[in-house]
Amino acid sequence: MRPLLSMAYSEKLLDYFQNPRCVGEIPDADAVAEVSNPVCGDVMKLWVKVSDGRIHDAKFKAQGCSAAIATSSYATEMLVGMNVTEARLITKDQIANALGGLPASKIHCSVLASDAIKQVLQGF
Amino acid sequence: MRPEVVAAMMPVFTEHFGNASSIHWFGQHAKSLIDDARQHVAKLINAETAEIVFLSGGTEADNLAIRGIAESQKSGGRHIITSQIEHHAVLHTCKDLEKQGYEITWLPVSHDGLVNPEDVRKAIRKDTILISIMHANNEIGTIQPIEEIGRIAAEADVYFHSDGVQSTGKIPVNVKSLGVDLYSMSAHKIHGPKGVGALFVKKGTALKPTMTGGGHERNRRSGTENVAGIVGFGEAARLAREELMHKMPRMRELRDRLETGLQSHIEFIHVNGGNAPRLPNTSNIMVDYAEGEGLVISLDLKGVAVSTGSACSSGSLEPSHVLTAIGKTPDEAHGSLRFSLSTMTGIEDIDYVIEVLPGIVERLRELSPYYNRGRTP
Repeated sequence: MRPLLSMAYSEKLLDYFQNPRCVGEIPDADAVAEVSNPVCGDVMKLWVKVSDGRIHDAKFKAQGCSAAIATSSYATEMLVGMNVTEARLITKDQIANALGGLPASKIHCSVLASDAIKQVLQGF
Repeated sequence: MRPEVVAAMMPVFTEHFGNASSIHWFGQHAKSLIDDARQHVAKLINAETAEIVFLSGGTEADNLAIRGIAESQKSGGRHIITSQIEHHAVLHTCKDLEKQGYEITWLPVSHDGLVNPEDVRKAIRKDTILISIMHANNEIGTIQPIEEIGRIAAEADVYFHSDGVQSTGKIPVNVKSLGVDLYSMSAHKIHGPKGVGALFVKKGTALKPTMTGGGHERNRRSGTENVAGIVGFGEAARLAREELMHKMPRMRELRDRLETGLQSHIEFIHVNGGNAPRLPNTSNIMVDYAEGEGLVISLDLKGVAVSTGSACSSGSLEPSHVLTAIGKTPDEAHGSLRFSLSTMTGIEDIDYVIEVLPGIVERLRELSPYYNRGRTP
């Protein structure tokens, strides 16, 4: 039986929290963005490699709650292989829904990732 | 709840279901059960039985104490002194009174989480009607200098309330030596049932009831008594008093083992309120470069239940007001963990936490963009 507290989250979200994909830094990144959540203070940093309008690699680091880490990881993973125009259209709801939805008090966590994406792609 | 408490309550549901206000045998038997419970609760804090008012819990006790005095004393003044680290039941009640035209002085606390009695003395004015300072803090466990504040309140002839929800049953409480006029208690904090508590009201205290009706509890709190709850509270109080002296030193030992163990296995952690007198069962630990909710969820997945002062764990998204009052930034408050031990906590539980937490912290720090930057904690 799953412990009670974590039951507010989906299995998929907990998996992305416990085994986050795309963690790290890209030393020769084409763009880096750091965003913090004005609501709760969570931080996400996002690195991307971009050429010919396509995102070839993306990595993130985050200091925040389980939902912030899971959404950051999932969003970063989504980016890899996408073209920039497509990636700019990623919404917070898309990220949250892909992870089985978020409790109402955690919706703001998915904003962190969507903001980071918009900011890191600004120059392309 | 303790099994003894459940056992004491069961017959009230099945056999002794009388209404304590009725004069027939069933009613009178219920009344005698309440009287016994009242004795146990009174003994736990060295009060007279007539000074114990049963009600629905700590929140109601705080409300009755503060609103009851505010209402009965308003012709003499509208100034109340309290601290910045009170439980929400006191904090929000005082804020509500502020809106109604009362003036509240919110005393600061030291970095160790203590109110300075001299600050209380200086804050007293001619129109001060009440001082309300908690006995022990619910988040960091620091024990306030209540006796000193009690003397100051008595000299100034101002009513003194203390929220004793956290301290009752965990440290010796003597309302006479503390010098309080009002003292709040909650049954479930001492392994009793939820939904029942008590307010100690010193004989002669002018208190306007907040609950009006049939005049129960010597006109202090109307409403048919929650007999089963009160009986459970009484049994829990009896056990707490009996076991306090031998169980608390053990709990303190376990708490210290936890803190020493974690500090030797994890760098950049601090014990909040660690330099102040503290409850034996509370440990509030701040972890730099990691966020509290993530730590709580990780521990939860390993079967350990703790809480955090992180904004991300609360519906309000505000960092803990207690941690900000002791000088922590919202970022620092974000990484705090609160461990609450009980008499049922064993050494193996403590050692398990010492075994699993370092790995959890390390994993979350690896994810942090700040950890490798060498920011001075």
